[in-house]
Amino acid sequence: MQTTKRMLTGNKAMAEAIAQEMERDPNVFVLGEDVGKYGGIFGATQGLLEKFGDKRVLDTPISETAFIGAAIGAAAEGMRPIVELMFVDFFGVCMDQIYNHMAKIPYMSGGNVKLPMVLMTGVGGGYSDAAQHSQTLYATFAHLPGMKVVAPSTPYDLKGMMASAIRDDNPVVFMFHKTLQGLGWMDQVDESVGEVPEEAYTVPLGKANVVREGTDVTIVGIQMMTHQAVAAAKILENQGISAEVIDIRSLVPLDKETILNSVRKTHRLVVVDEDYKSYGFTSEIAAIAAEEALYELEAPVKRLAIPDVPIPYSRDLEKYVLPNAQKIADAVVKLMKE
Amino acid sequence: MSIPKEKLLWMYETMVKSRYYEEQLVEAYAEGKKPVFNIGAGPVPGEMHLSNGQEPAAVGICAHLTKDDTVASPHRPHHHAIAKGVNLNRMTAEIFGKETGLGKGKGGHMHLFDPEVKFSCGGIVAAGIPQAAGAALAAKQKGTDSVAVAFIGEGAANAGAFHETLNMAALWKLPLIVVVENNSWGISVPKTASTAISSNDKRAAAYENTTGYLVEDNDPIEMYRVSQEAVERARRGEGPSIIEIETFRFLGHFQGDPELYREKDEVPSLLLRDPIERIKNKILSEGAASENEVEQLENKAKNEVDAAFQFARESEYPKPEAALEDVFC
Ligand SMILES: Cc1ncc(C[n+]2csc(CCOP(=O)(O)OP(=O)(O)O)c2C)c(N)n1
Ligand SMILES: [Mg+2]
Repeated sequence: MQTTKRMLTGNKAMAEAIAQEMERDPNVFVLGEDVGKYGGIFGATQGLLEKFGDKRVLDTPISETAFIGAAIGAAAEGMRPIVELMFVDFFGVCMDQIYNHMAKIPYMSGGNVKLPMVLMTGVGGGYSDAAQHSQTLYATFAHLPGMKVVAPSTPYDLKGMMASAIRDDNPVVFMFHKTLQGLGWMDQVDESVGEVPEEAYTVPLGKANVVREGTDVTIVGIQMMTHQAVAAAKILENQGISAEVIDIRSLVPLDKETILNSVRKTHRLVVVDEDYKSYGFTSEIAAIAAEEALYELEAPVKRLAIPDVPIPYSRDLEKYVLPNAQKIADAVVKLMKE
Repeated sequence: MSIPKEKLLWMYETMVKSRYYEEQLVEAYAEGKKPVFNIGAGPVPGEMHLSNGQEPAAVGICAHLTKDDTVASPHRPHHHAIAKGVNLNRMTAEIFGKETGLGKGKGGHMHLFDPEVKFSCGGIVAAGIPQAAGAALAAKQKGTDSVAVAFIGEGAANAGAFHETLNMAALWKLPLIVVVENNSWGISVPKTASTAISSNDKRAAAYENTTGYLVEDNDPIEMYRVSQEAVERARRGEGPSIIEIETFRFLGHFQGDPELYREKDEVPSLLLRDPIERIKNKILSEGAASENEVEQLENKAKNEVDAAFQFARESEYPKPEAALEDVFC
């Protein structure tokens, strides 16, 4: 057992999980753009080429339909590919392979074809990368049946959930947040570094995490928005409001019970998302609360998300559309008066 | 080949302007990012892909285009924009995220749109190729002799959009020219590790009505020559062309790229073959202009760039609420 804490960045935690699974299982291999020498633009595959060679770590041409489709085909043959789509925004060029094939083949085959693969992809904005490189698109993927969709927010979960995703016999879309990778060239956020055990371990897919207990209001967040919600809870604490914060971690499967149990306790619900507002994660959680716990609520559900505009470039414009701790705290204060 | 003097001098001036523009951006981009690099900090945040070394591709073909011809460019767009005559003040203001920018600060450096000169660019690799084909189709439908040029990197020639569009453009004999800037790299992946053909002009053989041209050694004069042929073919309605030009990426893929994947002596040896120096020597040795005239051109180009940066810096930022505008018209 570890005696001293070992701290890792998000991307190193992911790369360690992948390396350990590659050691365990010769069928695991990695492919994608710049996953080799570069180690992944966001560092999720660093060190893998050196350790496993170019037969198991493949740099691809800029041909997403071809290499994601190839991952599907290889998975059907019993391999366990991990394929990287560099930015989730690029899904547009290859979505047919993802949602018409990866997500549907297991079902259409009546369960006779398994696709044990991971599609990992970088999400998120906040650094002025504008409309085609800043989206999260959580709901776009979570809407379509047939793939698990996870979005861990700590190095510990990035490692444990990556191991689970690789071992899972279903296709898993593994979304990692760029700002939580611990990259030297991005905003340095404390949450991008955390304690990670050296030995292999798994964190189950489909379990939300109560990251902060509270009694007055439930705030449900995802990735960066979980961390913003925790910061909001600290602001609220000074104002005598006790907020419970839930990190959803997994969009599909969704852990409804953890949310509903919390709502039954606090009777107020705020949902925070870094995706577009309409038809999204916040809508889904609000709908579940309305369907299953309406009479527990003492105030309307409050949703914070991107107000249905593409992500703008200029810094103040982007700040305006992204939820943050202060906006969450303000919304909660207002809600407490309802 | 003989190239009209005014074209030669325009190419030189435009290459100088483009290079100097990028040099100013290197500086502006670095502001606020020292001592610790942070992609989101400073007056010019976000990704920044610069074109130093790739100027010949842009000027060689844009020398044959008018305001009515269309250019679609990728994530590395400044040299194309400058050669196409995009409003430099408003382009620079956009890169600084200002209200006076081409997109009122909403687009940024990868998303520049100047409909006045029919220029656009985008951050999704190969996405401009079919859109340029659409401009070519529109020209054909309207019965004009306008053409459309899609600039792409060699990495983008492996995207489905490249192959789908070339087939369609050949089928419909569209006035489309795809210029492939082969700078040998797609981020960290060398062309040899991504592409199963030695040069992309050869891919023209896959389609009827399509001609392929190869420009070696980043030569602006040869680029000018083959572009003239390709543009004339397109204007005559004879179909699309692919021009591959061997070009140089003097800088990283983006600013801040540690470039651990590239041999340390690659860039220094490329710099010895700087196309701007070479065209300048040609101008002087052939007597197309005197030292003095060349210097005047250089100063004119640089002054224009300096004025654009000043305009950008002095412009106002948009109001935050403006984020909600322009989704629909
Ligand atoms: C569809 C898509 N896939 C991947 C990327 C990420 N990406 C941006 S530029 C680039 C490399 C492009 O190489 P090339 O086409 O040769 O152009 P260069 O950067 O060399 O100018 C990649 C992979 C993207 N923007 N769009
Ligand atoms: Mg290239």
